[in-house]
Amino acid sequence: MSDIPAVEAHGLGKVFNADSANRVDALVDIDLTIVPGEFVSLIGPSGCGKSTLLRLFADLIEPTSGSLTVNGKTAHQARLDQDYGMAFQQSGLFEWRSVERNIELPLELKGWDKAKRQQRSAEMLELVKLGDFAKHMPWQLSGGMQQRVAIARSLAAHPQLLLMDEPFGALDEMTREHMQAELLRICATMHTTVVFVTHSIPEAVYLADRVVVMSPRPGRIVDIVDVSLGRERDELTREATTFFEKVTEVREALRGIEMSNQARGIEDR
Amino acid sequence: MNATRVRSTASAVWPPVLAGALFLGAWQLWVKVYDIQPFVIPSPTSIVQSFFDDFDLVWKASLVTGTNAFIGLVLGAVFGFLIAVLTNRFKIVSEIINPLAVTIAAVPAAVIVGVLNNMYSLDSQIGRRIMVTLAVFFIVFVQVAKGLRQNDATQMELMRSYAATPRQVLGKVRLPNTMPFFFTAIRNAAPVAVIIALVSEYFGGTQDGLGSKISGTLNGSNKALGFAYVLGGSIVGLLFFVGANLLEYYVVPWQRRRPSR
Amino acid sequence: MADASGAHPRRSRLRRALMFPLAFVLVASLWEFYKAIGPAKGGSILGIRVLPRTDDQSMSHVWDMWSRLWQPEVRGNSTRIISVVAQATFYSLRVSLLAFVLGSALGIGLAVLMARFRIAERALMPHLVISQTVPIIVLAPLIAALMAFASRDLASKTWIAAVILGVFLSFFPVALGTLRGLQATPPAALELMDSLASPWWKTLTKLRFPAAVPYLAPALRLAGAAAVVGVVVAEISLGVRSGVGRLILSYGQEASTDPPKLYAAVFGAAALGLIMASLVVAVDRTLMRNRPQENS
Repeated sequence: MSDIPAVEAHGLGKVFNADSANRVDALVDIDLTIVPGEFVSLIGPSGCGKSTLLRLFADLIEPTSGSLTVNGKTAHQARLDQDYGMAFQQSGLFEWRSVERNIELPLELKGWDKAKRQQRSAEMLELVKLGDFAKHMPWQLSGGMQQRVAIARSLAAHPQLLLMDEPFGALDEMTREHMQAELLRICATMHTTVVFVTHSIPEAVYLADRVVVMSPRPGRIVDIVDVSLGRERDELTREATTFFEKVTEVREALRGIEMSNQARGIEDR
Repeated sequence: MNATRVRSTASAVWPPVLAGALFLGAWQLWVKVYDIQPFVIPSPTSIVQSFFDDFDLVWKASLVTGTNAFIGLVLGAVFGFLIAVLTNRFKIVSEIINPLAVTIAAVPAAVIVGVLNNMYSLDSQIGRRIMVTLAVFFIVFVQVAKGLRQNDATQMELMRSYAATPRQVLGKVRLPNTMPFFFTAIRNAAPVAVIIALVSEYFGGTQDGLGSKISGTLNGSNKALGFAYVLGGSIVGLLFFVGANLLEYYVVPWQRRRPSR
Repeated sequence: MADASGAHPRRSRLRRALMFPLAFVLVASLWEFYKAIGPAKGGSILGIRVLPRTDDQSMSHVWDMWSRLWQPEVRGNSTRIISVVAQATFYSLRVSLLAFVLGSALGIGLAVLMARFRIAERALMPHLVISQTVPIIVLAPLIAALMAFASRDLASKTWIAAVILGVFLSFFPVALGTLRGLQATPPAALELMDSLASPWWKTLTKLRFPAAVPYLAPALRLAGAAAVVGVVVAEISLGVRSGVGRLILSYGQEASTDPPKLYAAVFGAAALGLIMASLVVAVDRTLMRNRPQENS
């Protein structure tokens, strides 16, 4: 594991529509350092900028202030070098491609030859336990399985960093919990650093080493909760007292935002 | 499993078949009971009779019209697709084409054939083929342009995260997403192609296609033959329609799972 | 798709309005350009004779087309072509409107029937689809013969046959669109009406119809164009005396001696189509005035 931080942000900020009446301070003064191999959750109410922050890391949008390095490079270079993989709430699978061809997509774009692509794609399918479904079409799979394919795709090029924007948001609770366990297993195998945006407090705590709590208007970090639950997590972890304590800690950090917003007379959107 | 499939196919089939049979039966009865002369309205049986008796006549005429329709369909689809892609790339093209499209779409199709026939020699089928091409072009153009404008947000973000070039995005995401629109348009345009090919024959030129034969014989006394030609025309139209459907079914199989547009 | 980038809607509307005549000027210039450089007797590309003839007989000059409009129809007669064409266009417009209204009514009625009785839908739908592949247009002479057979009086009123043809062509898109709309009512809303003990007919008028309007509106556009096509083609095949279709036919026959006349008639038909299209668009806008706009 290298010493270069996976993500390093100082004073990072993003403003939309700076010169007009629609000005939005999506993010203000974000300081965050993520070490390689870490699993970090971003959580907060609507409008706190967590998705925006993720997209800044991904170089899908550009910051208006502050500095940001991803894997020791500019975010732009990191994207060109394909140092990260990304997963969204919609699986975004191409319905005209089979499962294995979907996973091959990033490798195609990188110019890999066919044999290598197929081999890597088969590998990833085994990793997400969908080896039997290589030739299936996306619509033949359930939502959870589609997301697994999306995750396999995001890791196909073995990136060191994985960025995820509420990937389990559209799944039911039981599938979600199962997918969370799977995700931890996969990331442990591949030693990936993960930044995971979520709305769900138990999900944030169960998955992460640290939970970054954010608040809106303007978007900023209000607290970072260390989840000292150890790296070996299973179903029993969800019932452990320490788990509930951490969940409560995050919840109170979030409630603190709510109350201070109310004190300021701001309505929840 | 097979029994239920048979049963459900049967239940989908018998109502229209029954309705059709009732209609034909009523027609036959009406002609017989009121002793309608065959030069006014022929009976269904006489039509079928004429169809088989004069099959080679119907076949020859169908070939002429069918060829025109087919060439126009293919050319119209190809041009419609290409120009739509061009339009998407260069906005100025769409600004010029749109007013023209609106006007030509409003003009009763086939009227332009009169002008076209004037520009070519009397024995040429080109005018009619151009007409069909035009009609099909606009149907395909509108649909493909619409398909190109629709962009799945997640897929676009994904491609951006891959630092994909615009060419890669076009080839790997936008064009495949447009395919369902393209083939739906072809499916809609197929019967139109046949009808326009038919109607184009009203405006002079060679008189050996279905359209001219139909109007010629229906104006005369051999109405059964006229209807046999009409039957031939419907079969051609149906063939085109079924062909387009099959094309769509096999080329864009993922479309089967989508709710219909 | 309007964006919040501050684009001026007025400026873009102006630009679009300018584009219209510009497009036609462009086409006219291309026409004249080809006429200037193209082969007089027509030519071939790759062995196929696709290039039209460019002599004045086959392709009139654009300015000849314009000037011919203002000249008398026949030498010695004082009515100008433009008024003849305008009258014929107006006549056909009235016939088309009638066909459109009747066809839409028929289409809506059929759709209601098919929505109410599923057996009707299953029995009729395939036939409706097939009917669109049948060249109904060509049955115009037959309808005229039927009418003549039915009564001596009807025989002379060939315009009725044109209306019938227009109805045949326009009812289908309306029936299809309305049926889809009636079947697309949100189930939650239907359950609400049920809980209010609303009979089927009331549910139809208060819920299903209004909910179906977004599907009906585009169908009406298609129906308008279809009505015009049906009427004009019927006029041509039946020789309906006062219609623009008949004009195209007769001027087309005179094209060898007096080519620009044909173009005048075609422009008339084009105007007919455009007027009908504008009317239908206006109807569309009125029906959809309080609905969320979907850019298509």
